[in-house]
Amino acid sequence: MSTSRERVLARVRAALTDVPADEPVVRPVERPYADSHGMGAALEVLEDRLRDYKALVRRVPADRLAEEVAAALERRGASTVAVPDGIDADWFSRTEAVRRPDSRDRPLELRELDSVDGVVTACAVAIAETGTIVLDGGPDQGRRAITLVPDYHLCVVRADQVVDGVPQGVRRLDPARPLTWISGPSATSDIELNRVEGVHGPRTLEVLLVE
Amino acid sequence: MSATFLGIPPFPEAARAAVNDSRLRHNLRKATHTIRDKRGAVVTELEDDWERLRSEGAAIKSHTLRHLDHYLEQLEASVERAGGHVHWAADAEEANEIVTRLVRATGETDVVKVKSMATQEIELNNALAEAGITAYETDLAELIVQLGDDLPSHILVPAIHLGRAQIRETFLAQMAEWGVPAPEGLTDDPRALAEAARVHLRERFLRTRTAISGANFAVADSGTLVVLESEGNGRMCLTLPETLISVVGIEKIVPTWADLEVFLQTLPRSSTGERMNPYTSTWTGVTPGDGPQEFHLVLLDNGRTDVLADTVGRQALRCIRCSACLNTCPVYERTGGHAYGSVYPGPIGAILTPQLRGMSSEVDEALPYASSLCGACYEVCPVAIDIPEVLVHLREEVAAGSGHLGEKAVMKGAEAVLGSSHALEAAQRAAGAARNLVPRHLPGMAGAWTDTRDLPDVPAESFRQWWNKHEKGQS
Ligand code: SF4
Repeated sequence: MSTSRERVLARVRAALTDVPADEPVVRPVERPYADSHGMGAALEVLEDRLRDYKALVRRVPADRLAEEVAAALERRGASTVAVPDGIDADWFSRTEAVRRPDSRDRPLELRELDSVDGVVTACAVAIAETGTIVLDGGPDQGRRAITLVPDYHLCVVRADQVVDGVPQGVRRLDPARPLTWISGPSATSDIELNRVEGVHGPRTLEVLLVE
Repeated sequence: MSATFLGIPPFPEAARAAVNDSRLRHNLRKATHTIRDKRGAVVTELEDDWERLRSEGAAIKSHTLRHLDHYLEQLEASVERAGGHVHWAADAEEANEIVTRLVRATGETDVVKVKSMATQEIELNNALAEAGITAYETDLAELIVQLGDDLPSHILVPAIHLGRAQIRETFLAQMAEWGVPAPEGLTDDPRALAEAARVHLRERFLRTRTAISGANFAVADSGTLVVLESEGNGRMCLTLPETLISVVGIEKIVPTWADLEVFLQTLPRSSTGERMNPYTSTWTGVTPGDGPQEFHLVLLDNGRTDVLADTVGRQALRCIRCSACLNTCPVYERTGGHAYGSVYPGPIGAILTPQLRGMSSEVDEALPYASSLCGACYEVCPVAIDIPEVLVHLREEVAAGSGHLGEKAVMKGAEAVLGSSHALEAAQRAAGAARNLVPRHLPGMAGAWTDTRDLPDVPAESFRQWWNKHEKGQS
């Protein structure tokens, strides 16, 4: 393989003879663009964008989170849910739904993930302007597969995890972790370029915004 | 063996046939106008910041290209440090050999694929088929193209030339041959069609142990690969299999993680006209216990270094494949993608294909003429590629070269697309007036071509206004 490597690199160098040898390789990051675009209060904007994507959204006070988790699972008719094993057990103190814990060491079988009624996770960051929730595989978010295979994803977002703009979100995230950016339920624009919700990922995304 | 672009006639001929296909024109017009309006709304929403993001995006990409050797080596080191393997492919054949060998090593004969322009460009599916490996496309539009043994006609939505009724027919006729059949009584409601695709591919995702992808970006400092998508088929392929092979053009590199602050804003808004696409996945090498435990990155040259060597043409490598230039192009809207004879259609295809393939055929030489030079592509491009400038530059090359094609013949093709020579001339004059980037007099043979069409009276309205009016008058 090293011969192709050397060949490609040699061709690249030969193509760049116009570039002065002393031109700096590192480009200073000056960020001449905005961090965010002043579209309103973060939680309001996030809620608006999520609804625009046809996600279900509820604003909930912190002390009522367990009730709201229970109510959401009941509305959905979810009696068995996958959960990352580092999720806060208090969130489930009011629900009778059975939890199937998943972790990197003890992963659920794919078939089992395909048969649960949904998955409940926290998130790492949420971006208001674009209605985006980012999962980073942390202990309360779990392996990527658990939020992908079940058809219903209930995600708990804390107010302090919400930023206004994409640049602020990128800065909070660690690229070494596997990231999944979720902006609404799965969708396609492949038929006559119109957005239709619901293809391979969870067809229902429900978000509890905790204040 | 799936369809290939080999044997497609040069642009003027192919375009004439397409323009006469009224169903195709209807599908294209409807789709491109829908997306233009959506894009316009989410770009305007960012006000002045859009221009700043656009020039920053162009600057990042230009800088990367000027130091590409450095960033390639940095990317290689970062990916390997994170547990991935890096392979280098000088051309399509080599890339196909590498991928075939890697798939064989897994012992699998089925692979799932995420939509990727690079693997279409090298016709990987055909190479795998020759080795007895079946590649299943999982993106809805790619699936439609694969099932229909058709060719892609758009970068983002390869089946844009098909309406819902045609998609339904393809599903009913072909799904059973490839796997789970289409449900009886399938309607042409887009929801029903999406559901049919979900059911068709579900088992395949849960069972297949090797996946092939491309990437929208490869971050040199962190070794992170990035895939933007909508349906979740990308996540399925990037997460569930044991082995992941990503074929990525060497121009996809950005230097730092922070650079994504720009492109994760400009790409979704410019491509599907959304504030953000439903799913973006990023991964860095291998994460123990989460996702594929074996990751291979195949870095693909295949003509890119030739493009890099041309100081005018080089800017084409900034392209982030958003497809906005296709959606806004009056020529593309009339001809569709197949007429361009390559996986890269539209304005970007007209400058990228002949450069990648080295202007080696009549098809390639006709491509720089597949444009009215109106400049709409440049205006919408999120990395500010001056496509008209490169077109004019390539026309000069054609005119100066040995020449497979007469310029007159090429111009006849352009007339066929735009309706009349009068329309074309007016378009070009208006374009020159609207943006001073297209010089009124050009040196050499290209100069002779522009001179005869250079008239003193310049319309006051912009080309876009003129075009819109002209179109209304016709319909
Ligand atoms: S050339 Fe510009 S507008 Fe066209 S696809 Fe590439 S990035 Fe998008």
